[in-house]
Amino acid sequence: MTVTVEKARTAEKPPTRHANRAGRPHAAWALPGVLFFTFFAVVPMALALYLSFTTWDGLGDPRPVGLDNWKKLLDDPRMTQSLGLTVVLTVASWAFQTVIALLLGVWAAGRQRNRAILSAIFFVPFLLSSTAISILFYALLDPNFGIIQRDTLGSQSGAFLAIVFVGGWQFIPFHTLIYQGGARQIPEVLYQAAAIDGAGRYRQFFSITLPQLRHTITTSTVLMVVGSLTYFETVLILTKGGPGTDTAILPYLMYEAGFKTYDFGYASAIASFLVLAATGLSIVLVRLTGFGAMRSTREGM
Amino acid sequence: MSHDTLPRPTRTLQPDGGPAKASPGRRRHWTRRANPVAGLGAFVWLVIVLVPIYAMLSASLTGADKALTGNPLKPPTDPTLDNYNTVLGNGFGHLLSNTAIVAVAVVGIVLTLSVPLAYVAVRTRDRWSNAAFRLFLVGVAIPAQAVVVPLYLLIAKLDLYDTLLAVILPTAAFAMPVSVLVLVGTLRDVSEDLYEAMALDGASPLRVLFQLTIPLAKGGISTVVIYSALQAWNGFLFPLIFTQSDEPRVLTLGLFNYVSQFGVNIPALLASVVLSGIPIFAVYLVARRALVGGLMGVGGK
Repeated sequence: MTVTVEKARTAEKPPTRHANRAGRPHAAWALPGVLFFTFFAVVPMALALYLSFTTWDGLGDPRPVGLDNWKKLLDDPRMTQSLGLTVVLTVASWAFQTVIALLLGVWAAGRQRNRAILSAIFFVPFLLSSTAISILFYALLDPNFGIIQRDTLGSQSGAFLAIVFVGGWQFIPFHTLIYQGGARQIPEVLYQAAAIDGAGRYRQFFSITLPQLRHTITTSTVLMVVGSLTYFETVLILTKGGPGTDTAILPYLMYEAGFKTYDFGYASAIASFLVLAATGLSIVLVRLTGFGAMRSTREGM
Repeated sequence: MSHDTLPRPTRTLQPDGGPAKASPGRRRHWTRRANPVAGLGAFVWLVIVLVPIYAMLSASLTGADKALTGNPLKPPTDPTLDNYNTVLGNGFGHLLSNTAIVAVAVVGIVLTLSVPLAYVAVRTRDRWSNAAFRLFLVGVAIPAQAVVVPLYLLIAKLDLYDTLLAVILPTAAFAMPVSVLVLVGTLRDVSEDLYEAMALDGASPLRVLFQLTIPLAKGGISTVVIYSALQAWNGFLFPLIFTQSDEPRVLTLGLFNYVSQFGVNIPALLASVVLSGIPIFAVYLVARRALVGGLMGVGGK
């Protein structure tokens, strides 16, 4: 046992020593980037946590108030509604976008000419900014001007579905692209083997394509979940959180508390909650995908 | 997307490049079979993509007085460019140049800081470089919305409020996590042998970076350029909160202001949306392969 370990060590040593001389820069090279990111993202995060224990209107100095903001957070019915809404919106957007993007992506992975042309057109919505797309649908859903001559955004379900649809319209092109890339990496030989075994198109899709795309599905899901928070613009422009507070998702609620009513302490409590939720979620997802392991996806192939 | 858009992974068995036995007939069987159900689905999505774009273009060419009476799906009876003139006369050029400055600055900062960081994370692999990498891995999940309140405080203390720098610096910081992950993903695939070859030549880490790492990471670097430029181009929240006057106003915020400025003049509003999309659309027409390939990189390989 000991002998083999020793052997393995000596065998590894020479390349390591060579590589030490070149291409292994000092860790200090990472410092400027780390400091920059820390200053503009990590420090503000810590500050948000601090401010959540104070009351501050943005003018004087923040005054410590203990747990008041957090107590308010737990008691606030708008907060409970908003949290539920954010979760439902994220899940609904995920389902809508994943189903369509996966099917379109696998379809677009084929190399036929018509598929190439359609894929190029499908991508166009993604070229517009969220702001531009939100304004576009704000106009198109206008009850006096728009395509649907009804007050879509005035009803609770209408406003919610509009946000899910507009988000999908914008981001499905991007996720289609990810799935297209994933589908093209599936070794052709798997399909050839399946065809020889007599598996039909749908059997091949469920037995080869879907399992082979599992990493792509995780990547796309992570991006969708984290990205669903950027629906802020869509909500601000399309519905302003309305009707009433029916589409006021967490980031919008925070924006209102901070920059409409100038209750920065309470806004910071909502923000801290958002950070905790998002970071927790991301750690879970990273664990599940194993992206942190320093390995190339091509290793072992 | 045409046949040569993306490099095919070498491990894919290509029937056309394989031994003579793979006749065109057999190849058709596996990759070129028509799929009418999928074709129909793709057609439905095509309609969903095109109808809003068509309605936008058509309405933007309709006179403001006729917009509220006609059906937006009918082509305009006498098209006019008045709406575009209205937008261009309302400071659109200024918004565009501000946005371009922000995009260029953000790309510059992100590249300068992320490339050495990813290089260290992949090559050095000691405790500190691993910690740096973990910071960005978790950093992916920090939502920009969650830190705007403290960032607002920081920006004000730094005397940057209402300047372009107030938009540039946080945007660059928040584009870094994904950029670092993309670059790390690319650099992991650079073979150890190449580093060892450079080591035998006695190259310094800096020379290895410029002569080996950067040339081989071109794919990842172009992804980072495209991703961070789009983040800057489409960013809305930071400009909304950190700027106020006309001077540092960027495109997205300008569009948002047009909503109240143009009021019921929806054709002019839609003309501004069209104009805002033209620069990226032009890039898409000229460099579709680079743009699409680069974005595909954001979702991993």
